[in-house]
Amino acid sequence: MTNAVWTSGLRKRYRKRTAVDGVSFSVARGEVLGLLGPNGAGKTTVIKMMLGLVRPDAGEVMLLGRPVTDPRARAKVGYLPELFRYQPWLTAKEVLGLHVRLAGADVPERERHDTLGLVGLAERAGDRVGGFSKGMQQRLGLAVALVARPEFVVLDEPTSALDPVGRADVRDILLSLKDRGVAVLLNSHLIGEVERVCDRVVVLDRGRVAASGTLAELLGGRELRLRLEKVTAEAEERLRRAGPLSRDGDLYTVADLEGDLIPDLVADLVELGARVHSVEPGRVSLEDRLLDILGSER
Amino acid sequence: MIVLTFAALTLREAARRKVLRALAVLTVVLLGLSAWGFHTLVTKEFDGALLTSGELRLIASQLLNLVMFGLSLIAALGTAFLAGPTVAGEMESGAALAILARPIRRSTVLTGKWLGLVVFGGGFIALAGLAQFVIVYATTGYWPSDPVTGLALLALQTAVLLTLGLLFSTLISPMASGVVAVGLFGATWIAGVVGGVGRGLGNDSVAAVGSVSQVLLPTDGLWRGAMYAFQDPTALLGFGGPAVKGGFPFLSDAPLTWAYLAWTITWTALVLGLAALLLRRRDL
Repeated sequence: MTNAVWTSGLRKRYRKRTAVDGVSFSVARGEVLGLLGPNGAGKTTVIKMMLGLVRPDAGEVMLLGRPVTDPRARAKVGYLPELFRYQPWLTAKEVLGLHVRLAGADVPERERHDTLGLVGLAERAGDRVGGFSKGMQQRLGLAVALVARPEFVVLDEPTSALDPVGRADVRDILLSLKDRGVAVLLNSHLIGEVERVCDRVVVLDRGRVAASGTLAELLGGRELRLRLEKVTAEAEERLRRAGPLSRDGDLYTVADLEGDLIPDLVADLVELGARVHSVEPGRVSLEDRLLDILGSER
Repeated sequence: MIVLTFAALTLREAARRKVLRALAVLTVVLLGLSAWGFHTLVTKEFDGALLTSGELRLIASQLLNLVMFGLSLIAALGTAFLAGPTVAGEMESGAALAILARPIRRSTVLTGKWLGLVVFGGGFIALAGLAQFVIVYATTGYWPSDPVTGLALLALQTAVLLTLGLLFSTLISPMASGVVAVGLFGATWIAGVVGGVGRGLGNDSVAAVGSVSQVLLPTDGLWRGAMYAFQDPTALLGFGGPAVKGGFPFLSDAPLTWAYLAWTITWTALVLGLAALLLRRRDL
């Protein structure tokens, strides 16, 4: 599979502070990649270097098959910056018209209007952006990122100013982009959002890649949490045979347990005299895993 | 043509941000006051008599230059303060991020904005200047000796200052860039007056102050060339003296040379090129 973006050894210093230190990763075409990390990890700087907005001190970026230093590399890229602001004296419709022209795309009026509709701004197409709330400006930013039929969309904190309904809308948009085979790079602090839509995750910490991989690779297998009473030695032994066991009071957690083995395990435990109060299959949340990764980095 | 897109966008910004309206109001006030002043000049008796036609032409020349200086100041302030926010402001607010992530060169954006501002400043100078000439003609019967050259030089002066404003706006904050550009414009004008006094008194080292400043920032040299085009040469010859040799800030003693014009155009191209280079290297 060819890459939408490929970065190698990106490095950036701002005076004495190293913002990005040897970051390499790629986003395949049609893939949704989540970029995670604490504040100041260098996520936005990496994104800006990837789009040619910040000059790296070292490293290389190939964007949609061209070096990023060639402006044509950005022809099929849609970008919603973290710090979004659009010309307040223009209407929403005019902002989209401007970006379509700058992208050199041929997008008919109807399609532009549909893009505004997609982000919930169809009714405000003729209003000046200066009168928009922050949330509406962010919705407009999404429309700007999507309007010129991009092949690669970069969303830097796309839901920071949105209400829960707006966040759900963004999730739907991301999933529809994924269905259409558009590559997406998503930088978001809302880990649940990333967990739901991303194929792969790159975790940045202090300017370096701290971890990367698919969600399954990062989160490992599934686990089973059981709240049990009167656990006999035989029952505990049965639990140990099912998988690595940990215990916190009456809460027993069996790691790496396949879902189809759960009914047998529960039946055996009941037979061995244990009283089963709850059985909760699940897996390590991305949030826990992220805290774990960042904790071990420090 | 993306350059024209940005030029049109800059003009639209000026219109929609009510810069045009503010400039129009200021200009109408200035033109109204000048109409009143010129009318008074013609009808009022000085020492019991009206002015002779020669005196009237000389005074009309000076007053016209004074009012045109006011107009050029409005144009310079207006465009310099537009030039700052258009680059530095958009970078500060984040508006530049979405624009510059498009498949366009930063130099294209800068050139487009520059062109829009030049059209804006030049258009203002042409319209307001022409209106002023009509007022002076209607009240005193005086018509400048070479109005087209004069207005073209004032438009060029505006272009020079806004190019400097654009250069600063790639380096410093929007407000600071406008203030520094206008401050330098004022300082060069004062240095030009000092140099003129030096020439009037025959003091070469004082005269050099004006010459050097006019090379470093060509606004004052262009202004003096424009004044020469507005004033009445025959009326000036009759009076002579140090005033005409450059000692008076609203009279000019020589037309603009082609060499100076060529330097001004080179200067503008160099400064715009430097601004494009700085913008290209700037991290957003």
